[in-house]
Amino acid sequence: MVKENPTRDKLLTYMAVAALLIFLWYAESHFSQYSLRIINNIGIFIVLAVSYNLINGIAGQFSLGTNAFLAVGAYTSAIFTLSPEEKIRSFIIEPMIWPLSEISLSFPLSLLLAGVVTALIALLVALPVFRVRGDYLAIVTLGFGEVVQVVANNVVSVTNGPLGIKGLAPHTNIWWSWGICIFTVYCVVRLINSSYGRAMKAVREDETAAEAMGINAFRIKTLAFTCSAFFQGVAGGLLAHLITTISPSLFTFMLTFNLLIIIVIGGLGSTTGAVLSAILITWGSEALRIVEEPFTFFGYDYSGIPGMRMVLFSIILILVMLFARRGIMGRNEFKWSVLLNRFGRQSKSEARTS
Amino acid sequence: MDIGFATQQIIYGLTVGCLYGLLAIGYTMVYGVLRLINFAHGDLLMVSAYVAFFGIVIFSFPWPLAFAGAALITGFIGILIDRGAYKPIRKSPRISALITAIGVSFLLENLALVIIGGRPKPFPIPMLFEGSLSVGQVKLPILSIWVLAVTTVLLMIVLAIINKTRIGMAMRALSRDMETVSLMGIDVNRVISFTFALGSMLAAFGGVMWCMKYPAIEPFMGVIPGLKAFVAAVLGGIGNVTGAAIGGLILGLAEVLIVAVQPDWSGYRDAIAFCIMIFILLTRPTGIMGQKLPD
Amino acid sequence: MVRIVSFSLTLLALMFSLASASDPINVGALLPMTGSVAAFGQMGWDGFQTARKIQPQALGRPVELKLSDTKSDKVDSANAMSRLIEREKVVAVLGEMISGDTIAASDYSERAKIPMISPTATNPIVTQGKKFVFRVCFIDPEQGRVGARLAIDNLKAKTAAIIYDISQDYCVGLKTFFQREFTQSGGKIVSETMFKTGDRDFTPQLSRIKSLNPDVIYAPIYYTECALIAKQAREMGLTAPILAGDGVQAPELMQLGGKDVEGLYFTAHFHEDMVETPIAKKFLELFRKETGKELDSYSAQAADAYFLLIDAINRAGSADPQKIRDAIVETKDFNGVTGKITMKPDGNAIKAMVVNKVKDGKFAYVTTIMP
Repeated sequence: MVKENPTRDKLLTYMAVAALLIFLWYAESHFSQYSLRIINNIGIFIVLAVSYNLINGIAGQFSLGTNAFLAVGAYTSAIFTLSPEEKIRSFIIEPMIWPLSEISLSFPLSLLLAGVVTALIALLVALPVFRVRGDYLAIVTLGFGEVVQVVANNVVSVTNGPLGIKGLAPHTNIWWSWGICIFTVYCVVRLINSSYGRAMKAVREDETAAEAMGINAFRIKTLAFTCSAFFQGVAGGLLAHLITTISPSLFTFMLTFNLLIIIVIGGLGSTTGAVLSAILITWGSEALRIVEEPFTFFGYDYSGIPGMRMVLFSIILILVMLFARRGIMGRNEFKWSVLLNRFGRQSKSEARTS
Repeated sequence: MDIGFATQQIIYGLTVGCLYGLLAIGYTMVYGVLRLINFAHGDLLMVSAYVAFFGIVIFSFPWPLAFAGAALITGFIGILIDRGAYKPIRKSPRISALITAIGVSFLLENLALVIIGGRPKPFPIPMLFEGSLSVGQVKLPILSIWVLAVTTVLLMIVLAIINKTRIGMAMRALSRDMETVSLMGIDVNRVISFTFALGSMLAAFGGVMWCMKYPAIEPFMGVIPGLKAFVAAVLGGIGNVTGAAIGGLILGLAEVLIVAVQPDWSGYRDAIAFCIMIFILLTRPTGIMGQKLPD
Repeated sequence: MVRIVSFSLTLLALMFSLASASDPINVGALLPMTGSVAAFGQMGWDGFQTARKIQPQALGRPVELKLSDTKSDKVDSANAMSRLIEREKVVAVLGEMISGDTIAASDYSERAKIPMISPTATNPIVTQGKKFVFRVCFIDPEQGRVGARLAIDNLKAKTAAIIYDISQDYCVGLKTFFQREFTQSGGKIVSETMFKTGDRDFTPQLSRIKSLNPDVIYAPIYYTECALIAKQAREMGLTAPILAGDGVQAPELMQLGGKDVEGLYFTAHFHEDMVETPIAKKFLELFRKETGKELDSYSAQAADAYFLLIDAINRAGSADPQKIRDAIVETKDFNGVTGKITMKPDGNAIKAMVVNKVKDGKFAYVTTIMP
């Protein structure tokens, strides 16, 4: 029976990260642009899922406003990296307001700024919204998401309204998206395993009891909310510079629903689950494109039905939820000892008795 | 702003509000019993609209028959959805059921899109619902009177069922404590199915009224009304039927009056409506009529 | 013996040439088949398919349309575009219908040097700074300006009220340029009210407009909303003429709006009576037969994008993307379904603008304006 062993586990983790980096390095020169784009998407969605899981799964606060944070992050970083010439060219409805129209920052700085601005806004929002709980919190945050989208449509001299911002340099490559992905997972896991993380879980299980134990539930919730928003803001910046254009229609509540689906399928409260599920769903929804293509099936010529992909996606979604009720991982986390036991020399029966 | 203009806007607002309210009642009933935010509720509006449309246009049924058929079929689909997607996971975490609800919503929308197509279809409005009365400067559309009347009657019926009948008593009991109720020998699943059927039929009535008011049927027509009804249900205190109707009226009136009073803000309408809602929830964290629910 | 060898060699050569001749040319169709604007995608797909039935070949090789769904979403548009280029090896892409999604997808096609023709992306910033992005429609500033001229010259309007969708770039674009031209020509905008996609109730906005009594209502929006607005306006006794853009040209406008859209003017790409060339006439006929519907602006422009691309491939004499691109730029007086199209080097099309009117439940031709 393999037991937990911090030194060995640390070593294995470093090796795994190294293997991942080697894979990315290989992918960059050998894979097609299409595959690289999906790998990029997966990296960004892991950042989103892991940080969204922090507030929804770990701290147990049902927030539906993550599309707003993505929007704030994406707009902040896009506004700061766009060249002044492009700003003049594409703001055809109203010119951009002054200090913003001249500023042009480097990509890393804009990402940092995106995270900080988003976190600040989350901090401001947290003050009122955490006065309500449960489903009421869900609707208030959903409302916040809608408000941000409406504002983005209306403040034309900053956001270019529904025309959106285009012509961003394609700064995001797999090193950026996966670098930030690894950094995010590292930070979130450290946070979850710290005393703050335990306090978040305590609040999730029973807020009143947690308060009785001397935990300031409001502060803990705000902390989770703000940290989550920081990473979502950064991911927004990454996404903006991957597709090189953004507009308010990108950040509807459908985006939040997608992320919610990812973290629940993965297992609400499990960071490992969030990562796995982000990979599965991002890759899977691209792979499902096959059903819309013509192919021959047992001699029957199937001509491909446009729209079948989404029908199938929703059926699979329902079935997965019916058969894996707590998602892929439940609330469990990945542990090297579990993996080693499963594939190690130990017999299965022995592992089960442990 | 003169009195005539104000009255007119209030009539418009009440009409929209009643439609939101009708949907919100169904939302809130399912929530009250199951603690489930049934995101597929808005799409039932779309289903009933298509059923009524095909009933009238393809099979050329008279409209009362088509409307009744729409209500029955939608109620049946409501039961099917419950049996297929929600019942198997009743003992699982609430969030799992929420995801299947989103799944059902996607499925209904995309099935309609693949089978019927995305181009909007015109809804044939029966003569009885057309035209308007003029009282001085104020115009009173016949349909508004219908919407108001239907909503009031349905609200009364629902309240009577909940408060006066045995099954209503079971519903109320379920919303308090599902486990104890099942120990008392009540067939929980039957009560839940009944709730779904009733809620879906309300959505069906809402759907038929909705597409007579706005006669364009399309696969995604239920999304925005569904969202608004959800807001209305929460505003009124989710789980409370009268609250849902009041929440719908407040939302409808707010949406109309914001634009009527300050047209320059019409671009911010939804944002203002949401801010009003957030403000109400902050002062009354469980909605207008809501009680504190057991966690 | 020599005979037999030479005969078999000829046969072999013939077979080989046949094989390469029937090697299909892959063309991508990037359309929103699902999601919020699925209706536009389905209209575009109808247009592409009908057009392909009329001209199924280019350079003697069959043309194959590879459909890829964008889910009306930017991330998916970009994914779908790179899939079309990398997996399906398309030589050109037709689509997207919506400006924002076209911009998202064009970033990748531009880098891969694959030409892209959008049927209906009217926002001026779509083709800005791009060498491989084209469109067969005119752009929002032109249409907004013509709309204003129409209001002033033909409808003799001095005051106008605008109602538009704040969350659609098409609507905001048209509204902005209409407003500029109208006020510069001495007109006055008395009211500017907005709504958001998905809204179905416009009564408060229209009540406001009614109280100001403008000469004309400019409604640069899509057909569903426009039909509902006309209905609600007429119901409350608002009788000012409504002026719209090309987004309303679909049979649904009359089906949904009925008698309330009578007398509605709009700037458009074409009118059925103006269709001249045999191919376009054939298209019109086949479209009616295949779909059972009257031709709409979206399908017509999709067909033009297809025909123009086939024409360019034939002129290029090769299925090489770079050569196709060069041939598209040189398109001059191309006779499509929606009239004569001349491509400018910046990717925008020069074409005449038509003014139509709803009369007796049909679109009636009013006049032609060269922007």
